[in-house]
Amino acid sequence: MTTPIIQFKALNKWFDDYQVLRNIDLDIAAGERVVICGPSGSGKSTLIRCINGLEAYDEGELVVAGITVRPQEKVLEQVRARVGMVFQQFNLFPHLSVLDNLTLALRLVRKMPQGEAESLALGQLERVRIAEQANKYPLQLSGGQQQRVAIARALCLAPDILLFDEPTSALDPEMVKEVLDVMVELAGRGVTMLCVTHEMGFARAVADRVIFMDQGQIVEQGSPLRIFSAPENPRTQSFLAQILAH
Amino acid sequence: MALSPSLDSEIRRPRPRPARGIGRWLRHNLFADRLSICLTLLIGALLLYCLPPLVDWAIVKAVFRSDSAACRLAAGEGACWGVVAEKYPAILLGRYPPGEQWRAVFASALLLAAIVATCRWINAGKILIFGGLTAIFGAFALLRGGWAGLTVVDSSLWGGLPLTLLLAIVTVLGACPLAVLLALGRRSQLPVIRRACGGFIELVRAVPLVSVLLLVAFLLPLFLPAGSSIDVLWRVMIGLVLFAAAYLAEVLRGGLQSIPRGHLEAAAALGLSYWQTQIHVVLPQAIRATLPALMNNFISVIKETSLVTVVSLFELTGALNLALIGDVEWREFYVEAYLFVAAIYWLLCFSLSRYSQRLALRLRTDRSF
Ligand SMILES: Nc1ncnc2c1ncn2[C@@H]1O[C@H](COP(=O)(O)OP(=O)(O)OP(=O)(O)O)[C@@H](O)[C@H]1O
Ligand SMILES: [Mg+2]
Repeated sequence: MTTPIIQFKALNKWFDDYQVLRNIDLDIAAGERVVICGPSGSGKSTLIRCINGLEAYDEGELVVAGITVRPQEKVLEQVRARVGMVFQQFNLFPHLSVLDNLTLALRLVRKMPQGEAESLALGQLERVRIAEQANKYPLQLSGGQQQRVAIARALCLAPDILLFDEPTSALDPEMVKEVLDVMVELAGRGVTMLCVTHEMGFARAVADRVIFMDQGQIVEQGSPLRIFSAPENPRTQSFLAQILAH
Repeated sequence: MALSPSLDSEIRRPRPRPARGIGRWLRHNLFADRLSICLTLLIGALLLYCLPPLVDWAIVKAVFRSDSAACRLAAGEGACWGVVAEKYPAILLGRYPPGEQWRAVFASALLLAAIVATCRWINAGKILIFGGLTAIFGAFALLRGGWAGLTVVDSSLWGGLPLTLLLAIVTVLGACPLAVLLALGRRSQLPVIRRACGGFIELVRAVPLVSVLLLVAFLLPLFLPAGSSIDVLWRVMIGLVLFAAAYLAEVLRGGLQSIPRGHLEAAAALGLSYWQTQIHVVLPQAIRATLPALMNNFISVIKETSLVTVVSLFELTGALNLALIGDVEWREFYVEAYLFVAAIYWLLCFSLSRYSQRLALRLRTDRSF
């Protein structure tokens, strides 16, 4: 077996005196597609934000693509070159056109010439089926379009790992599908995906593994089929019952 | 009911244009409801009451010739624009040596051109910065002289419009980068930097500009090593820059706070460094968000340059005083001379204010087309 691309080893994290992550042990293989779910405040966002160093952890170890994540500029630079992230609130830069949103990091971080960056960016926009909006500004687009641009922006840097933090939660229902479609398509391409979401249909369709978190712990994990049809832990059961009741 | 796309596009029609016409405009803008009818009538009556005497004074009975006897005859009834005709070189150029005044005129033209070009081609980037700095250094070199056979003119003799423009431009140019550093510093993770920046800003904001100017003019030389004398002009510029920077920094801080944390996280996730994030993500948004307030400050700076008179630098208002105070023949007509200077300030400030409105519109990126 090859070494996992992400390894959490007995990881603990506190916000002040409140422990958000408790003794997390988790290995994720390269190319694996993982869906993380659990009640609000259970630490899902915190968990995936540790992976690209948006949050620092206090104890244990986290190794991403062979690099031990530490809050040091050089380390974070290396980790973030391998990890892309898509946020619930899109977080596109409103003063830059869609195209400039995509090329910004290519030009500044990868030092790519403008022309090359733009053709690469247009390719990625094509991939999320939004190339015709390249010269618009983010706030002129619908939520679903903005999120697809955000996905394209992450893809531009050709990450090995893609993190999604509730990418469809801020969207109107009719836009959820267009974003999920793009994500399903991505899932077929071998990139390692970690996705915090409550979209059970998406989890069933693409996830290799579903992780259920509660109160800062990984309570249960397994194939989507098993987790959804035969959850063992009572907390998983009640959570799923709530989700499915909608 | 499902419409096919082609049918749908046939149903679209151009946005209906509102009806035009002067009657409609009047009704819309002046007589829309009872309150606006009252206000329109009230203001109309006031105008009818004030305007004729004003026109009478400013134009009909005014003396335009540089003839102080005629002015005295018309005193109380007509304006004496003759004082402007007589004194405008002294007001506009101050004590600059008479034979060399073309240099001050050219310097003013260069500075004005720099301002206009900056506004016109605000997006031109490096070329603009290069051109602007060249114009400013050109103006300095012209005023100062000492090259190509130009006699050296000491900076204490500079005055009037070129001095006002120079002070305003240098203050704004110097204060902007400093303000950015102060504003960022005030939000720094490092307590030392945060406190130092905050302390500086609070200190400067707590004292009047006049005292800052007196301080840099008279107190600062005492602390400098003996023999090293920096021109009072330079010291005053430093004072103005520090003062303006503190205020601009506070304005910018509001803009910085308005930027969602998510943008910083997105930039970090993309691998941008602290400075890349500040320069490409945070500052452009903060500046857009605070543009009206920033422009407001720039306009204040222009007007505040008039305070340098207290340390014997005679910019427009100072030059005006200087030109009239010792002249018994003309000095009673200072009101008209002041109106002239006020008109120059108004022209500068009003253009800037209009420009800032246009710029704010152009920088909007949330409009839907
Ligand atoms: N910056 C912070 N400072 C202090 N507490 C925080 C911070 N961020 C999160 N928390 C707390 O940590 C806990 C876990 O937060 P986290 O955002 O990881 O939860 P989550 O599972 O993503 O929840 P949600 O589904 O609502 O997004 C919550 O109780 C939250 O209040
Ligand atoms: Mg969350």
